[in-house]
Amino acid sequence: MAIKQLAVFVENKHGSLDEITKILANAGVDIRALSISETQDFGILRMIVSDLEAAKATLKENQCVYTVTEVVGVSVPDTPGAMAGVIRILSENNINLEYVYAFLGASHDSACVILRVADNALTEKLLEEGGYHVVSDPFIEKL
Amino acid sequence: MEKYWQKEIETASRDEIVAIQNKRLKETVRRVYDNVEHYRKKMDEIGIKPEDINSIDDLHKLPFSYKQDLRDTYPYGMFAVPMKDVVRLHASSGTTGKQIVVGYTKNDLDVWADICARQLYAVGADENDMVHVSYGYGLFTGGFGLHGGAERIGATIIPVSSGNTNRQVTILKDFRSTVLCCTPSYAMFIGETLKQMGIDKSELCLKAGIFGAEPWTDEMRQQIEDLLGLKAYDIYGLTEIMGPGVSYGCNMQDGMHVNEDHFIIEVIDPDTGEVLPDGEQGEIVFTTLTKEAFPIIRYRTRDIGVVTRGKCECGRTFAKMSKPRGRTDDMLIIRGVNVFPSQIETVLIRCGYTANYQIIVDRVNNLDTVEVKVEMTDEAFTDSMAELTKRERTLHEEMKSLLGISAKVTLVPPRSIERSIGKAVRTIDKRKLI
Ligand SMILES: [Zn+2]
Repeated sequence: MAIKQLAVFVENKHGSLDEITKILANAGVDIRALSISETQDFGILRMIVSDLEAAKATLKENQCVYTVTEVVGVSVPDTPGAMAGVIRILSENNINLEYVYAFLGASHDSACVILRVADNALTEKLLEEGGYHVVSDPFIEKL
Repeated sequence: MEKYWQKEIETASRDEIVAIQNKRLKETVRRVYDNVEHYRKKMDEIGIKPEDINSIDDLHKLPFSYKQDLRDTYPYGMFAVPMKDVVRLHASSGTTGKQIVVGYTKNDLDVWADICARQLYAVGADENDMVHVSYGYGLFTGGFGLHGGAERIGATIIPVSSGNTNRQVTILKDFRSTVLCCTPSYAMFIGETLKQMGIDKSELCLKAGIFGAEPWTDEMRQQIEDLLGLKAYDIYGLTEIMGPGVSYGCNMQDGMHVNEDHFIIEVIDPDTGEVLPDGEQGEIVFTTLTKEAFPIIRYRTRDIGVVTRGKCECGRTFAKMSKPRGRTDDMLIIRGVNVFPSQIETVLIRCGYTANYQIIVDRVNNLDTVEVKVEMTDEAFTDSMAELTKRERTLHEEMKSLLGISAKVTLVPPRSIERSIGKAVRTIDKRKLI
């Protein structure tokens, strides 16, 4: 069920982000979602991409350090309280959220929220029980 | 079955080795006194005559030789034979200061080939091997040294010299090299290039690597072995003494056997000049016993190491010196604490990073600061910032317990630290200490 996310190590300096996105674009890889965490010196660029294999190949060729992680994707309707509901489910079940980011789907009436948790299967089960639609890879590819 | 190039001497008893050394030392001292003004003057100054030196126990009475002496007598002042008997010259650029030049007679080259042949046999190479030499050929002794040894054992030599790393990899693969000779940092570089070119180490035929000319750690040995799929061995030498092959690593991968029939090793306290007992760490000092063109007495190598005696499991009886821990001139004194780059390297590799690093020492407001730049690796990377900063903190703490002060650890992208085809530049010291 989980979504495969690509995380790339970047130097925290002018042009680093530009460089990675250019590398991916040149290989015909579309970036569906992107988030950055950074310290003073370096950053982690996290992405959901259209073609993971092509992205990995081009990053390797360009000597980038990356890792692929499975994350949970959940569709959250664009209504007040919908996101709060997701967070409540996590906290009530003591699920620690490492990071979260979101992106819009094609329909614009819901967002796809990416959650990084320790136990993907459990989180997905709880979200579905809570009435949320868990997004899988094929769904992302159709967005 | 262990194979020896010159079994009789390589497995001789301590008494036999000492007897050879006593005899050859006396001859050497007589020869330098008679033929080299520099030594005659230095010995006369302290009232020592060649007849005062009767055995290796008298060696400590002789004055040390320093790199500066070689510079002062540049170019040929330390040569002990007429130039017509010198058949080869080599030079050391000396990363700092004026170059020095050394000479070899035909017999010197003969000895050199033999000691390098001992090295090759000790790592299991013989006439069936393809010896790929990626040390630079030229005035630097690296290339020609092992070349001579490989020729002596009848191996097939591939004299690639250094540089053009993609081509090195292609040759390793296509020519089916079995033994690789280069600096350890270049071996790392070749290994990374292999990965980058998408060639698996199993496509190579390498079985052994002979790496030297710069200090490196056992942790780095492991990385090189993993990258290239070979067993990595040490070789030690320096231009002033002979070139590579002064000491040679054996199958035990634990220290290097000193060719004691040609060189005497001493370990001294670098500050007092006092000879230290076996097992104690100090500066390594060499005296040549058979060199004709360029004999040298008690040469201060500035390499820091330990010497031990006793039979090695490989059967060789020559004294063993440890991998040099560093050089007295590489030693960083950071707020009064002595640190070698190799110690920092050990910590980095233990924490999952590579031996690609750079140490930048500076002085800010009269306090020493250290920054260690280290390249991120696939192994050390994770998508979690919490985990990544935790790992960075562990590294930081390990550094702190080693250095006694906080070092700034900077993680940089792979291959952003400049690679070297010869000796790596590990340290940039920006302090103005004059
Ligand atoms: Zn041994």
